[in-house]
Formats: sequence, C-alpha cells, structure tokens
Amino acid sequence: MSEKTANVGIVIVSHSPLVAQGIADMVRQMVGDCVPLAWSGGNVRGELGTDAGGILRAIEAAWSDAGVAIFVDLGGAETNSEMAIEMLGSPRSKFVSICNAPLVEGAVIAAAEASGGASLAKVVATAEELSP
Amino acid sequence: MQGESVLVAGLIEACRVTIAANRDHLCELDREIGDGDHGTNMQRGCEAVSAEEKDLARLPLPDALEKIGLTLVMNIGGAAGPLYGTLLMEMGRKLRNRDREEEFPVVLKQAIDAVARRGRAHAGDKTLLDVLYPVHDALAQRSPLTDVARRAELSADLTAPMKAMRGRASYLGDRSIGHVDPGASSCALLTTAICRYLQENYPE
Ligand SMILES: [Mg+2]
Repeated sequence: MSEKTANVGIVIVSHSPLVAQGIADMVRQMVGDCVPLAWSGGNVRGELGTDAGGILRAIEAAWSDAGVAIFVDLGGAETNSEMAIEMLGSPRSKFVSICNAPLVEGAVIAAAEASGGASLAKVVATAEELSP
Repeated sequence: MQGESVLVAGLIEACRVTIAANRDHLCELDREIGDGDHGTNMQRGCEAVSAEEKDLARLPLPDALEKIGLTLVMNIGGAAGPLYGTLLMEMGRKLRNRDREEEFPVVLKQAIDAVARRGRAHAGDKTLLDVLYPVHDALAQRSPLTDVARRAELSADLTAPMKAMRGRASYLGDRSIGHVDPGASSCALLTTAICRYLQENYPE
C-alpha cells in the first residue's frame, strides 16, 4: 500500500465522538481514501471527554511516513494529544504535528492539501493560515 | 522491598477513598468554572490504578510510580490526566535516576516543573500547580506532615480569588474569580490523604 503512505495523515480529536466522526465524514467526502484519516472522540467510556490511548491508536491508524497532522478542539484534547505523541515515541513522534487551526475548516483544508501530496510542514502551514 | 509494596498499596487505597468520598464535590467545583466532570474523571483514574494494585505493589517504587502515571493518563481523560500522569511518571523516572544524596523534595520539584511545562502553566494561573508548589516548599522546609496537609488545603482555597489562565475556566475570564479550582482541590485532597496515611502508618 505505497499509495496509502505517500500522503500526510489526518487525525481529528474532539471531546465529542459525534463531532469527531462528523468531521471525519466531511473530510472523507472531500478527499476519499487517498489521505489516511482517523479520529478519537470522547473519553475511555465514550462519554464527552478525551482519551490519550484513543488518540494514540488514531495516530497509529492514520500513520503515514509523510507524517500526521492532528486537529483538536479544546484544551484537554491538545494536552492529551501531546501525551499521545510522546507515547508514540521517537523517531515517529517527530513526524506528528498538532495544528493551531479551527477543527472543521482546518481538517478539511489540510486534507485537501495532503491529497495533493504536500509535505507535513505545508499541510500544517496551510491549515494554520486560517488562525488569525 | 516488602515495605515498599505495603506503602504503595496503602497510598493507592488512601487516594482512591478520598477521591470517591469527594467525587460529587469535585464535580460541583468543576461545574462552576468548567464542564463538571473532574470528580468522575479522577474517580475513574483512581479505580483503574486500584485495579492494578497487586501488580503495582510488586514493582520497585520508581517503576510503580511511572506505571501509576501511565494508568492515570489512560483513564482520567481531560487535562487532569496528562497533568497528574506527568507528575507520577516524572517522579518515577527521577527517583530511578537520582543521585544518592538527592532528597525527595528535589525529585518532587523536578516532577512539578514537568507538570508546569506539560500544562504550559505557571504559579498563580489557578491550577493544581498552586497546590503542588506550596506542598514542595513545605516538604523542603521539613515541615511536619500535618502542616504539609494544612498548607495544601489552604493553598487550594487561595485559588478562589485567582483568575484562571489555563484550561476551560480561562474562557470565563474574570467570572472564574471567586471559585476554587477543581484541580487544586483534588490535589489538596490527595496530599492530605497521603500525609494522613504516612502519619498513621509511618510515624516520624
Ligand atoms: Mg472538567
């Protein structure tokens, strides 16, 4: 599956499983299967919250040798994503970035950029242009 | 080694009990300035640690602390998971690698600094750091454990007049003033439970 690893992967993290899955659906509609995509929403029990282990699994699922861009909603999602990246371990952790961008627009624009084969730095920069 | 395993098991249970007893209170504090789940999150974390108690008690103290930290990260959820998790994991790592002369407060200070980096927070931001730093000070001054616990509780109360700078409470701006920070409160409860357990079972 060399095609699957060519493009940057996208991970969506929200406190709400419905929000995370909904955004993943929107991304999928935009770019089909050419961008590795995974989401983590809610806590370990599937309630509103965050789950570092779930985020780690999402990163693994969306893994690409080109790297992975993560989109988060509120504070705990960011802190838990940082924790998950640390648990991923070196050297892969160096190829994962948390984007400072709005969750919906950021993920969709990043995925569009990634589907054209852009580098992780370019994908992140494009998404972060949305943040004032 | 035998002594350590009894200590670890005793502390795990003391922490579990105090969080369970104060779960609703912690949720209530979090409802005022956050999303109302701090008590249930902390309880889920403590129960997950308790479930691993037998395995944990068999490990050397540094390994046990690091594993407890990881379990907290995986189960608390929310920002409190990575913060408490980092505290325990760093304590374990530092204890494992410390110079022989380095005393516990030095190790604790390094772990607290790691928590501050993880949360990108400072003293006065209305977080659990506002309890951790005073607890470290008290320990470094070799205060008796009763005073350490009292200092923790007082420090948690002192977060009420602070304005939240981190976490969801920071969205409230000035309206966060007048409420005790839930993370500071759980931290004081845990400190008190640990101090009490040590006093009762390991009198100085
Ligand atoms: Mg909360």
